[in-house]
Amino acid sequence: MFKHFIVLEWKSFFRSASFGTNVVLKVFMVLLALYFMAMFLALGFGIFPMLEDMGLNPFNTVNKYLIYYFVLDLVIRFFMQKMPVMNIRPLLALPIKRNSVVHFALAKTTISFFNLLHAFFFIPFSIMLVLNNYSLPSVVLWHLGIVGIIYANNFINILLNNKDSIFYPILALVVGCGIAQYYKVFDITIYTAPFFEGLYKTSYLAILPVVIAAAWYYFAFNFFKNNLNLDEGLAAKSDVAKTENFNWLNRFGTLGTFLKNDIKMIKRNKRSRTTVLMSFLFLFYGFIFFNNPTQPAVMGIFAGIFVSGGFLFTFGQFVPSWDSAYYQLMMSQNIQYKEYLSSKWWLVVIATAISTLLASFYLFFGWHTYLLVLVGAVYNIGVNSHLVLLGGAFVKTPIDLSTATKAFGDKQAFNVKTMLIAIPKLLLPILLYGLGKSFFNDSIGLLFVAVAGVLGFAFRGKVFNWIEKIYKTEKYETIAAYKQKN
Amino acid sequence: MIQVNNLTKTYNNGVKVVNISNLEIPKGQSFGLVGNNGAGKTTFFSLLLDLIQPSSGFIKNNDIQVNTSEDWKPFTSAFIDESFLIGYLTAEEYFYFIGDLRNQNKADVDALLNKHKEFFNDEILNSKKYLRDLSKGNMKKVGIIAALIGNPEVIILDEPFANLDPTTVNRLKKIIKELGENPDVTVLVSSHDLVHTVEVCERIVALNKGEVVKDIVTSEETLKELEAFFAV
Repeated sequence: MFKHFIVLEWKSFFRSASFGTNVVLKVFMVLLALYFMAMFLALGFGIFPMLEDMGLNPFNTVNKYLIYYFVLDLVIRFFMQKMPVMNIRPLLALPIKRNSVVHFALAKTTISFFNLLHAFFFIPFSIMLVLNNYSLPSVVLWHLGIVGIIYANNFINILLNNKDSIFYPILALVVGCGIAQYYKVFDITIYTAPFFEGLYKTSYLAILPVVIAAAWYYFAFNFFKNNLNLDEGLAAKSDVAKTENFNWLNRFGTLGTFLKNDIKMIKRNKRSRTTVLMSFLFLFYGFIFFNNPTQPAVMGIFAGIFVSGGFLFTFGQFVPSWDSAYYQLMMSQNIQYKEYLSSKWWLVVIATAISTLLASFYLFFGWHTYLLVLVGAVYNIGVNSHLVLLGGAFVKTPIDLSTATKAFGDKQAFNVKTMLIAIPKLLLPILLYGLGKSFFNDSIGLLFVAVAGVLGFAFRGKVFNWIEKIYKTEKYETIAAYKQKN
Repeated sequence: MIQVNNLTKTYNNGVKVVNISNLEIPKGQSFGLVGNNGAGKTTFFSLLLDLIQPSSGFIKNNDIQVNTSEDWKPFTSAFIDESFLIGYLTAEEYFYFIGDLRNQNKADVDALLNKHKEFFNDEILNSKKYLRDLSKGNMKKVGIIAALIGNPEVIILDEPFANLDPTTVNRLKKIIKELGENPDVTVLVSSHDLVHTVEVCERIVALNKGEVVKDIVTSEETLKELEAFFAV
């Protein structure tokens, strides 16, 4: 029986629409996977001497932060790991025992990339431990315990899938602990580190994670088995809908109509919600660059653009794919392309303005830092908002609004044209700022970037006409591409 | 109202899916398109809506060539398939959205919805469901009524009878007949079902592999003629 399942899996993987069509994507995905493996491998071998150089005990330090490592793992899984559920449907009516279907679905998750990736860190790290005179049997036990926790995470994630109400409080709690630790208010690792050390020090504690993983497997198994009906576990989740009118947007005419629609789209679909959440994280991007002596000063404007332009980059780059599911409707309705585009433009601009306001906490870093954000915002509104729409004309990837899994990178990024358009988004302002800064002074550098933004804004009408023309020539191809569902 | 001129659509593999040298649909006619799978019905409607590009020739809608100007959009409406619905809206929101685009205020839309209350059979309005969660039949009902918003002069419905229950089919026939009686409204309907089409359309064109093989004004004998044509 399992043989059939494996053959099915094999075919579904290699025949999937997204995999079959794009060779570049295949290569890139493999490269990305290899990159992550290499990074983890390097980290696994390298972290031991690195921490030693810093005067820390490597093993204790790793144990100390493992709790965050595992929570982060769970977070990443929650957003990215796909559930094995939906392709079970066609099997239900066939003469196959339910138990074997569920066992297979769960077994499939165990060889997921999200589990295997950890091996590239923990195996070399364990080797380093043994090489540095840690006792081999104890290291093996510690390793076993870690594997147990990773698989426990795997099965917890399956049960947790789509249960936002459980996930976000846990996330908030852990983030709270992290902040508390940073400000030395409360250190959770004091309580968790002994456990991870215990995996090594005692000969019995390693059993616990393994038992926990087995228990979660058992729970997940029972959960699935009991819910293996089309109307329960396998039913597509449907929300209770509430009609919202947003009448206050009516005064903006057609623009308001589209804005209303976009707000609903963002609110009611998982994919777009995830995107907005991500754009919120961009606000904190500045911490890497501002007042950081290890980064070149010109990179300040780079950060400024990212801080104010999170939404512009994450949401804007997929215009018009957000409407891909009903693009045919849009194209045959009583809509002029210009109105459609300008409503998206306004959405991006409003979001940029809000981001800039929210980023005012950078004032704590001083006026200059916030000025970088402000100038970045001007450039975003004047230039990048147009570039993002222009790039959209060449986006040919339909978006499945109901899944969040691909929010972290879609194959549209591999489109040569969109790549070329992306260059001026970031490099041009850095160049302008760098030129002004090195030939004159910092303020002139900022002025250069701001002027570029204002110029872009001034020629808005012309640019829009041009973009509209490109959208029209690309129209048929776009419609055809959106019709192909993955 | 609609003139088709040497229209062809050829795909990359060389298959000609539509090849209509001349077809004229006068204003106010209710026009039925029948044919087997792959006859080119949906392709023809997509060409008419400028959703795909003709390989040669053109279609004029009220003297406006559809693939060069967008001016046909204000008086034309269509429901081809579910990709004309916005899945994350409720039915009401969707109707008001289309209404906004067609310059209809909320009261206009409400009046239309009220008129077709029976057609919805209490399953659409106030159903607390997003369109994506409706059944296929109910989605179709929403799409068809949405195509009537804003008093369009050309209404294009692709396979409107498919997926509907018998009662709704009869109600839909009534709606299409009423539209057909209006001399300003041109209705284009495609179907696999000869009986339904004959019943609601004044004129029926049969397509086969993209070409017009029958073009008849509906009469008592039409059904027999068509059934003989499609007989195996």
